[in-house]
Amino acid sequence: MTIETMPMSRALNAGLRKAMEDDPRVLLMGEDIGRLGGVFRITEHLQRDFGDRRVLDTPLAESGIVGTAIGLAMAGFRPVIEIQFDGFVFPAFDQITSQLAKLTNRHEGALSMPVVIRIPYGGHIGAVEHHQESPEAYFTHTPGLRVVSPSTPNDAYWMIQEAIRSNDPVIFLEPKSRYWQKGEVELEASALPLHASRIVRRGTDVTLVGHGAMVTTLLQAAALAEAEGTSCEVVDVRSLSPVDYGPILDSVRSTGRMVYAQEAPGHTSVGSEIAATVMERAFYALEAPVLRVSGFDTPFPPAKLEGTYLPDADRILEAVDRSLAY
Amino acid sequence: MTPIEAPLVRVLADDGSYAPSADAERYLPLIDALTDAELEQFYRDMVVIRAIDTQATNLQRQGQLALWPPSRGQEAAQVGSARAARAHDTLFPSYREHAVTRIRGVDPVDILKVMRGTSHGGWNPTDPQNGNTRIYTLVLGSQTLHAAGYAMGLAFDGRTGTGDPERDEAVVVYYGDGASSQGDVHEAMVFAASYDAPVLFFLQNNHWAISVPVETQSKVPLVSRGAGYGIPSVRVDGNDVLASYAVSRTLLDEARSGLGPRAVEAVTYRMGAHTTSDDPTKYRGSDEEQRWAQRDPIARMRAFLEGRGAPASLFQETDAEAADAAEDLRSRAITLTSPERSLIFDHVYSDPHPLMAEQKTWLNDYEASFEGGAR
Ligand SMILES: Cc1ncc(C[n+]2csc(CCOP(=O)(O)OP(=O)(O)O)c2C)c(N)n1
Repeated sequence: MTIETMPMSRALNAGLRKAMEDDPRVLLMGEDIGRLGGVFRITEHLQRDFGDRRVLDTPLAESGIVGTAIGLAMAGFRPVIEIQFDGFVFPAFDQITSQLAKLTNRHEGALSMPVVIRIPYGGHIGAVEHHQESPEAYFTHTPGLRVVSPSTPNDAYWMIQEAIRSNDPVIFLEPKSRYWQKGEVELEASALPLHASRIVRRGTDVTLVGHGAMVTTLLQAAALAEAEGTSCEVVDVRSLSPVDYGPILDSVRSTGRMVYAQEAPGHTSVGSEIAATVMERAFYALEAPVLRVSGFDTPFPPAKLEGTYLPDADRILEAVDRSLAY
Repeated sequence: MTPIEAPLVRVLADDGSYAPSADAERYLPLIDALTDAELEQFYRDMVVIRAIDTQATNLQRQGQLALWPPSRGQEAAQVGSARAARAHDTLFPSYREHAVTRIRGVDPVDILKVMRGTSHGGWNPTDPQNGNTRIYTLVLGSQTLHAAGYAMGLAFDGRTGTGDPERDEAVVVYYGDGASSQGDVHEAMVFAASYDAPVLFFLQNNHWAISVPVETQSKVPLVSRGAGYGIPSVRVDGNDVLASYAVSRTLLDEARSGLGPRAVEAVTYRMGAHTTSDDPTKYRGSDEEQRWAQRDPIARMRAFLEGRGAPASLFQETDAEAADAAEDLRSRAITLTSPERSLIFDHVYSDPHPLMAEQKTWLNDYEASFEGGAR
């Protein structure tokens, strides 16, 4: 088995490369992804190696990129789009939610829309406005889209390939603050299915659940809790739509307590939905209400305040304490 | 003919000599009317903003700012157009219009706050101090629609087109060659044209949208797009402050007199990086940079002034003023502190909102729980 240690950014690059080698109909589109290799260098050297008809430096127009990707998919291609930053997906929102998400349904299955939209998302990089947002709920609220987010390099490597193989449109949220975090990637073994959630740490007292960048924070919190004598189980949701509730419910049934953490505002969020579903399906197993830790219901603040805005291990532990106090 | 080579309005040759192009004829009276003091002011504007821009770039390199988008090379386009606007006109910048905002009176420290991460904008565009200048926009092209709508409002309110240029208002909106591909820009032009809105679309074609050359945005000179919307448009040498001034002044006055929107393509060059996070050597050659260095707008204007016999003291004084402005910026920028955490919740809504009050209280209690080692 070949195992390599690499940061998530490299793992994504390797996964994209593999997908392009495996299927000549896969093409990449986006702003600055060719010569520059993307502002985060996720597509570095891919244009050099695959040419400028498979790695397109597009005009600067997100609605145009997604709209033409829809047409390319109709022509049999499998476009993989890079949106440069989370806050710039909204010019394409209409094409994504009104068109891309609905075309399979409107054609009653006669057409599929294998388009992947990669979005570097989330805070903790000290950036300016529109560069630190967590827009996942806009997309999970839209039927017809699959929404996923890897939390490790290994998942990034495999999930991007599976997303590209999927015949459905996939919103692929890359936790940009974790791009530089290294991990082991198993280059040959096949991984969990795209839609599966996973228990990443075993524990007995409280179930901590989250996605993307927050998984690392949950693991930090679990380590700190352990030092105080509390055993936390950690579940990585991986797929935000559809959600694989099996491992989450199993965990909650064994611990009786759950805390969901996310960077996005809490109101009508992924965490809200998962909390509500867990309360519906595991009500009698719960010893405390499911609690949510999230960004505040405000715009993402100026960078100097992001440390206050974003949930950290302490905020998660505060919720753990509250849960245990019931 | 490539988009870059199409004819344009130019008054000064690359070497600073007075050599109007064929298209410049109708603008020359405006240039002849400029006083020595005004000509010197254009030069001072450019030199001072370049010093400020260089200082800000250094501050970023020293970790004092998260990011800085340099304006080096684009001073003439910005100074010419900003000096052409009247005090009562309203300006909508993008994120690189440092010369424009300074001329209108916005404190450059207010701009550094955005880049330092202590504010998302913060200056009050209705405060006369800020010269009717709206805050920076990071989502490309968005502001063109706001400008079109604002100009529609001026028309609906009869604040323009009365025939009295001392009173009639107009709008200038700035955007780039990359942004010109955004749907918003096209929609803005449709609205502005349909409602005869008094707005000048001021496109700075600096040839690059981060790493993507202008040729990927347009197969034709960008100026020629205006005609498709019924918007008279002029291509100007954006490194020639006199041409930029005269063309902007003329088109703005046409717009304010009720003739409808106007557009400028100012052909210029981003001499440095896109922002301080960018490395231009990855996508463009130094030969191109060298070629454009020969057209530096400041050197050109200086040569022109010297040719007219400006005294050496003018240049010394200007350099001293620029150094002072840069030093002043540094000393005030590095003392900018993090805002109070209440800023997260303040001003999300104008009217009281229970969720904001609730979450603010929660955060205060939570933070207080740490004081004295409570946790
Ligand atoms: C809608 C949107 N998409 C992407 C970006 C990221 N981005 C910031 S600046 C830039 C290039 C802009 O080029 P141009 O409009 O020519 O202006 P310039 O920066 O050259 O002045 C890009 C792609 C953005 N800010 N907004």
